This record gives sequence, structure tokens and C-alpha cells, in this order.
Amino acid sequence: MAIDITQFLQTFYEESFEGLEIMETGLLSLDSGNAESEVINDIFRAAHSIKGGSGTFGLNAVANFTHILESLLDEMRDGRRQVTKEGVNLLLESVDCLREMLTASKEGAELDTQRIGDVHGRLEAMWGKSEAAAVVADNGNASNASTEQDAVDGWTIKFSPFSYILKTGNEPARMFKELRGLGKLSVSVITDKVPDFSELDPDECFLGWTLMLEGEIERSAIEEVFSWIEEDCDLEITPVVSNSQSIEQVPDNAPASSAGAAATPRAGASGGSESASIRVGIDKVDSVINLVGELVITQSMLSTTGEAYPLLKAGLAQLERNTRELQEQVMRMRMLPVSFVFNRFPRLVHDISQKLDKKIELKMSGEQTELDKTVIEKVTDPLVHLIRNSLDHGIEMPADRVAAGKPETGTVWLNAYHKGGNIIIEVKDDGKGIDKAVILEKAIERGLVDPGVTLDDDQILNMVFQPGFSTAKEVSDLSGRGVGMDVVRRNIVSLGGHVEISSVKGEGSTITVRLPLTLAILDGQTVEVGEENYIVPIVSIVESTQIKSEMLNYVAGKGETFMLRDEYLPVIRLYELFNSKPKHTDLTKGLLVVVEGEGKKIGLFVDDLLGQQQVVIKSLETNYKKVDGISGATILGNGSVALILDVPGLVRLSQQNSKNRLKLSA
Amino acid sequence: MPSILAVDDSASMRQMIAHTLKGAGHDVTEACDGEDALGKAKSKQFDLVVTDINMPKMDGITLIKELRALANYKGTPILTLTTEASADKKQEGKAAGATGWIIKPFDPDTLLSTIGKVIR
Repeated sequence: MAIDITQFLQTFYEESFEGLEIMETGLLSLDSGNAESEVINDIFRAAHSIKGGSGTFGLNAVANFTHILESLLDEMRDGRRQVTKEGVNLLLESVDCLREMLTASKEGAELDTQRIGDVHGRLEAMWGKSEAAAVVADNGNASNASTEQDAVDGWTIKFSPFSYILKTGNEPARMFKELRGLGKLSVSVITDKVPDFSELDPDECFLGWTLMLEGEIERSAIEEVFSWIEEDCDLEITPVVSNSQSIEQVPDNAPASSAGAAATPRAGASGGSESASIRVGIDKVDSVINLVGELVITQSMLSTTGEAYPLLKAGLAQLERNTRELQEQVMRMRMLPVSFVFNRFPRLVHDISQKLDKKIELKMSGEQTELDKTVIEKVTDPLVHLIRNSLDHGIEMPADRVAAGKPETGTVWLNAYHKGGNIIIEVKDDGKGIDKAVILEKAIERGLVDPGVTLDDDQILNMVFQPGFSTAKEVSDLSGRGVGMDVVRRNIVSLGGHVEISSVKGEGSTITVRLPLTLAILDGQTVEVGEENYIVPIVSIVESTQIKSEMLNYVAGKGETFMLRDEYLPVIRLYELFNSKPKHTDLTKGLLVVVEGEGKKIGLFVDDLLGQQQVVIKSLETNYKKVDGISGATILGNGSVALILDVPGLVRLSQQNSKNRLKLSA
Repeated sequence: MPSILAVDDSASMRQMIAHTLKGAGHDVTEACDGEDALGKAKSKQFDLVVTDINMPKMDGITLIKELRALANYKGTPILTLTTEASADKKQEGKAAGATGWIIKPFDPDTLLSTIGKVIR
């Protein structure tokens, strides 16, 4: 029967990569002095599964490589081999090699065979060459003791199984049938050992047999039949040249067997089911999410029509509850625990701290906090960056720490938790912190701040996120922070998130990243501009205010501004930007929604505020094209389309406008 | 139709075994560890159990011992799937009450011919 085993390869790759992650996590926890047998056992089991699978699916290079790895782990598991730092490092390198080999095989990519050969060689050296060779040889057929190749007419087999044989599920009758497949078989039964009926245990076997097998059959073929029970019976296999008399035919029913088919199958058992999860393509999930989004819109359209009919109204209320629940559940399908990102950090910390000669411990919490898959993917690079910064610039050298009266080993915390409909990820260290004086000095030097202005601590610290701040290398050397922090913030903001920093000199720094749970739904404030409705993401709204004429100001080169508690903020008239007819053109008649993006505040001039609601985001880019100042669109309950404002984009627009004006006025 | 319980913590291995055996006309139920398998074996009588040794939660050896302690699995054939060709693992399985073993890696034909030995 031909079976195409390549169809299982995808699953094999997926579980192997998971296995490698388990190995890596386990090895890293061994590294920090935790030699628990359960941990080593987990590592061993993962290696073992990869070896078994790769052999079966024809990836022999992977199987060979894993074999020696497994042997080493087996010794560690049994306590025959000491767990050393060098050993763990080599095993970690081996995990990398395996990952490369599997990736190369999966994607048909090039492989750095030299490096893999090198690591393999070092593994063998660690294992000891002679032993390695012995184990590889052991991979072959175990029961190959016989080399007899004599041609014979037949065999006499004297077979007396031990009494417990039936309890292992081995039935002599079955073996006889197998022998009958090899040649002409005759059987005589030996009943010497059968006890009196009163002492007879129906679960035991008291019979022996003498079997005559005729034909040109190799001894190994007969031994193969008895291979499972060679140690559970007396077995004599002797060649015969001439035929002897046959005595009895093979009985069709098993002798003295009470077990097996006698038991009645019980009902129940759904059968065929397997583990508790299935793998589904993300495109399928997304199309379901999309459809549910449409359903939510249809539902809210209907909900306004049922007022006059009580029964319909009740049904629609039920529909609303169900759709909301359905939507929540479907959204959860896209959620993954943040451990998907966090899992790589122990390795990162291990590698970097070795490179820097620092002693650093990573403490993580909240790994099970769930986040949208896309958010998780996009937040990975910024987090790597933040952690690198902490390791590189935050934590001091061990000697400096001791001198400062701190424990020699620095700690980096990585915490994830829910807070008010958002996910918070905190990167915290107990390093040297940030010197605000140095930051301020740099900011003034770079023209980001006017010398006379007084800034509070938060404002000074947040300067590190300014684009102009972080270009020079010397900043990172001086302050400890700043390299590429503007990029980190831009990435997080593009996810609809927010990043903040706090630091105490000498005690450490905390960077707090706030992320939305999902990218598909947004908490929005509906605002009215003439006939049109727009959605402002609630996360970017600072406040809404009615302004008086004395607050208004027209600054040359900066356009319209208004004063809000000592700050001059630019005004954007949305109706001008989007060419619609407003109810009010007088700034004191309408409302200003103060929003914050990219660290700057602006006022959006609107006619009125309407309700707050969750909206399903539809991409404008994929359905139409990218529009400045707009991040997407949504369909409101009444079926009309509302555009979702892109606040950071609007802030950029207002800055461009003021620059243009500056050019004009100059 | 003989019913077989296939126990392995590796999904690819399980899929391959199940696919091969189903293709040969057997009724196959999959279980992902010893605990899962024991639960399924208690609610349905299988004609054959094929189990991996090294598994989380409950390993194959413990599973065999637990099964042999059940009245209706006293004589049911149980085969172990093992990469350890070395004698001790096979004997450990035997001592727990396994009928025999299948050595990994194996191809579908080997699996079927080995299973043919113990299934009616």
C-alpha cells in the first residue's frame, strides 16, 4: 500500500519548531542553575519526537543530528552526565542548527553545512567518538544474532511459552498462523504441564507445542515471528533435512485463551477525535471576522427599524446580544498569548549578557495575556529593541553595580497585563536609569527645545522619542537611551498604541507600551461635520472643549492656534480638509476636539459630538487608496459610511501646513 | 472492522499512523498522551492499542500498566512505538505488559505488516 507521507510534513515541521522552542526554553532554564529532572525530561522528549519524526519523514540528516543530541540528553536525564554551562551552550547551538536544517528543508533553502558539521563534530567530541559509533550501529536490527544461511528442507520448533504469555496480548495461535504463511505447518500439542481443573487459571497458558515447518525458510524469518517473546518462552529451532510425520492441524481457535474478543464493546466514545486544537489558516479566520463585521452592521441597521413592533423589537434585542457575543468569540480566534513574543527573550538575554560580560536575569510575567496576532507580530521588533537597550545601556557592568551598592546580577522585567481594554507591556530594568540633565542638554543642543523653556521630568524623558534626538551615537553612550527610539514609537503608534518612559537615575527605567487588543475593532467617538460623520479614535482624544474668542490667536507662520492652559495648539478645520459644508465656520460656535499624536496636540474643529461606539475597521487602502489623514472607514448603524481619522497623520498635516505658511509668509 | 487506538504526542506521527491504518480499513481513534488514551480506552473497547513511550502527562509504560489492570484489556494486543532500538526500552514495555514493539522510524508498509501480526 503506497502512502504519500509528504502530506504530514507540514504538521511535522510545525510540531518540530514548537519542540525546538521547548528545548530552547528548557535549556535556558537549566542555564540559570535549574537542573530539575522534569526540565531535562521535557527537553529530551522534544528531541526524541523530532528524531522519530525526521526519521519517518525521510529527513535523515536531521535524524542523525538529533540522535547524538538525544544521547547526550539521555545521559543528563539519568544523571550520568553533568549539566555544564559549556554543555548547555553547545546544546543551544544545536537547537539553532536543527532550526536551520528544518527551515532549509521546509523552504528548500540553502544550508550552512559547514557550521552544522562543526556543531555536529563538537557534539560527537562531547559524547566521545567510540560511544557515538556504537549507538549509531545500534540503530539497526537488534535481533540479528543468527547468521545461519544453511539451506534446509524444514524446521522443528519446540515452543513452550511461560504461563503469563497471554497477559501480554501475545497469542500462540496467531504466531502459528504467521508461521503457516512461511511454509507447510503441522502442530502437536504438549499437555504435560496442564494442572488439575481446580488449579487451572484460565488467564494462564500451560500448553507447549512442537511445530514442524516445511520449506526452504531462513531461520531469521522464524525468529522474527517469535521476536517479541523470545525472552518469555523456551524456544528451540532445529533444522531438519527429511520430512517427519505430521500430527495435527493448526487449531482455528486460540488455546486456553479467555481474553481478547470476549469482552463486549461499550457504547460512548465519539472515536476519531484528537487533541483539543486545530490549525486553521489565518485567511479563513479573517474572512469569518469580516463576515461577522458585516453581520454587526446589518444588525445595527435593523435595530433602528423595530421600534413599532414589540415582538420584532425583542427578537432584535436578542440578535444584538448574539451578534456581540459572536463577534467577541470570533475576535478571540485571532488572539495569541504574548508568550509567542516573550519566548524568544530568554535566549536573547542569555546571548547578549554573555557578549557584554554582564550578569542579567530576565523575569517575565503575564505571558498568557492574549493579543491580536498582527499586533503581536508587529510589536516584536520594538520589544526586541527596548530589551536590547535595557541590556546594553540600562544594566551596568557587575563591578559598577557592586560599587553602587546593588546586587551583582541586574534584572530586566517583562510584564504583560490587561488595563482598561488595552494590553500593557512593560520593559523594566534596575540599571543606571536616565540622566535627565544630559537629555535636556542634548535636546537644547539639537534645537528640539528652546533654552529658556522649563520642562517637567516627563517631558524631558519623552524627548528620547523625538526623531531628531537619537541620530547621533554619542547620545546613547552618554545617556544610555535613544538609539532608534523614535522608530520604536512610530511602530507602536501605527498599531494604535502608545509608549511612555519613566526613569529614576541610579535606580532604573520603565518603558510602558500600551496596545489595543485588536486592530479590527476600534473604540471611536463619532463627530459631526456638516452632513458627514467622522470617527475619532478615543485613545487619541485628550479632551473636547468649547472655546472663547479670547483663546484664539493667529500666529504668523503657525496658522490658527488657540490657547489651552498655557499651550498654543494648532487648529485643523476638518470641513476645510475634507471639503464639506459645515454648520459653523466660527470657531467659537462649534467644538474643538483636542487630540494627541506623535507627542503633539492639535485641536480638530467639528460641529458637534455624537455617540461613542465600537466600530469595525475597513481598510481604505485595500478597497480604495491611501488618503492622508484617514486611517480607514466604517459603516454606521444607519448604513452610512464614516471615515476614521488618522490622528498622527493629521498632526503631520498640520505641521506641513504651518511650514508651507512659513514659506509663503517669508 | 478492527478498532485501533493510536497514542502519540506528536501530531504528525499520529496523523501518519491514523491515515495508514484507516487506508487499510481499520477504525482508528487518536489520543495525544497516556491520560487521553486511558480515558478513551475506558469508554470504548479497542482491538489493538499502538502507543508511543515518551509522552507528557502519562507515558506509554504507565499507560500499558493501567490498561492491563482493566478487566477488558487483559489480553488486548498493545504495541509500543519506540525509537530506542536498545533492549532496555523494549523490555521495559514488555515487563509492563506490552505485546510487542514497532521501531521508529518505520514506513507505512512496515506498520501495516506488523499490525497484521496481532490483529484478526
